[in-house]
Amino acid sequence: MNQTLDTIMDILKDLHEDVDFESCTTLIDDGILDSFDIISIITEINSEFGVAIPADKIVPENFNSAKALAKLVEELEDI
Amino acid sequence: MQTNVLEYLEHTVGRVPEKIAFSDGTQNLTFSEVFHNAKAIGTKLLHDGLSNEPVVVFMEKSPAAVNAFFGVLYAGCYYVCLDVEMPAFRIEMILSQLTPRAVICDAVTRPMLAQYGYTGEAYLFADCVTGEIDETALAAVRKAQIDTDPIYIVFTSGSTGIPKGIIACHRSVIDYIEQLSETLGFSEDTVFGNQTPLYFDACLKELYPTLKFGAKTYLIPKQNFSFPTKLVEYLNTYRINTVCWVVSALTMISATGTLRTMKPEYLHTVAFGSEVFPVKQFHLWKEALPQAKFTNLYGPTEATGMSCYYHVVRDFEETETIPIGRPFRNTAILLLNEQNQLAGKGEPGEICIRGTCLTMGYYGQPDKTAEVFVQNPLQTRFNELIYRTGDIGQYNAEGELMFISRKDYQIKHMGHRIELGEIEINGGLCEGVEAVGCIYDTDKGKIVLFYTGSAEKSAVASYLKGRLPRYMQPNLIRQLEAMPHTPNGKLDRKALAAIYKEQQ
Repeated sequence: MNQTLDTIMDILKDLHEDVDFESCTTLIDDGILDSFDIISIITEINSEFGVAIPADKIVPENFNSAKALAKLVEELEDI
Repeated sequence: MQTNVLEYLEHTVGRVPEKIAFSDGTQNLTFSEVFHNAKAIGTKLLHDGLSNEPVVVFMEKSPAAVNAFFGVLYAGCYYVCLDVEMPAFRIEMILSQLTPRAVICDAVTRPMLAQYGYTGEAYLFADCVTGEIDETALAAVRKAQIDTDPIYIVFTSGSTGIPKGIIACHRSVIDYIEQLSETLGFSEDTVFGNQTPLYFDACLKELYPTLKFGAKTYLIPKQNFSFPTKLVEYLNTYRINTVCWVVSALTMISATGTLRTMKPEYLHTVAFGSEVFPVKQFHLWKEALPQAKFTNLYGPTEATGMSCYYHVVRDFEETETIPIGRPFRNTAILLLNEQNQLAGKGEPGEICIRGTCLTMGYYGQPDKTAEVFVQNPLQTRFNELIYRTGDIGQYNAEGELMFISRKDYQIKHMGHRIELGEIEINGGLCEGVEAVGCIYDTDKGKIVLFYTGSAEKSAVASYLKGRLPRYMQPNLIRQLEAMPHTPNGKLDRKALAAIYKEQQ
């Protein structure tokens, strides 16, 4: 696992101790993450990685799995 | 004089029968359909012998669920809304307090009822609305009803671990709807975008003005509130012009920078409440919608929704707090100090409410009711109740009421009112947990739960998911070696706050 994904996993685990974030790919579709979680994730990503997720990237596809979030962060870091 | 909220519907249906009243974007109900369905449900309940008793509406959030409320009222009963997302334990606890004889459900919720130990009659909404309408029986019920008959029970967090059911009557709801509508300027052209769940009094703001004016309400699907651009698109698609939302729903749009690229084009009335609106976020809204009217609302469920308002008409510094302003017409605020006298200028006091807006207290809990619905201490010559909110307020230099703090450990989180004690009691029941203490990080909006014992953090988290609603779940769980206590043996929340700060 790369470092970005590790950090994302830590952020997610802090929100829901009991969810298997490694395999879950339906975090939004199955209602596991709610609006509070989304805001927390955006805030934590901002403080951990120093990247602000623009509004048009805050869409279900980018929040459905830990991997999708890590990919989003890496894309934003490259800009 | 109007004595029943259904008169709103009865006046409007003759005027705009084919207009859509309630929609979620997929399912639509016109005023004439709402009218017909409600009377059919009322008839069914009446024919089965129900009368002036609680009827549970356990359906997915939808126009049909709203319609079922009015059906319950036609039978002269009062509704209690339960939600599919509530944990089983909470639903069981509410059902055991009510012991209802009737539940109105839909195809999704009907099979769930058995698991809660419910053995009464389950009425499918879809079946009820195809049944007959007995105008004579409905008219007889209405004739016998008075405006102090109950209309709903709303369950709120209780510090003893058991939810409290607050019961309101037609009179207080009519009073609220009249004053709120006047204050916010609702009309037939109002298009509401509802955000709050149907099981709280917050949804009164949209449901009854819709009936009163022949306005329209969109029940916005919940997932939109996680994704700001989708939410703004939704508002624009349905030309929503009025929202009464919790602050966190508004800041979700502004804090993510959404308003820089897109705007809710039709929005002209924005009411918010239940929480402090950070002025920085407010400015982003004001900048995006310079013509819109922004109003801060304040009030407890015990006084039927909202009691005070403040139209934001002047500029605020980012360090300032937006006032809660002044009471609605026909509502009075008493700010009482610890000697039970009116607080002097600049002196903090407990916000107490006087007026028709007072509800009838806590269902089946006369002792709890008597603690906070008390005789007005300023006059003892005749019966007059006030409601003691437990909120501490103060008048500012402009004579506007400001919210300062709470007397106890009740918090406001994502617009929901929560007793930390209820989370602690439930956490303490988890196997392997010895002691529990909760604090609230107001800046980050996080409920932090500390516990001692051998249980894994994940076990505590999943246990609480089965006991408490989503909004009461701790946002952080931390295990401690020992729980800090004050010298007289009480949980030391200040010490917990210090531990939390150190860990950051």
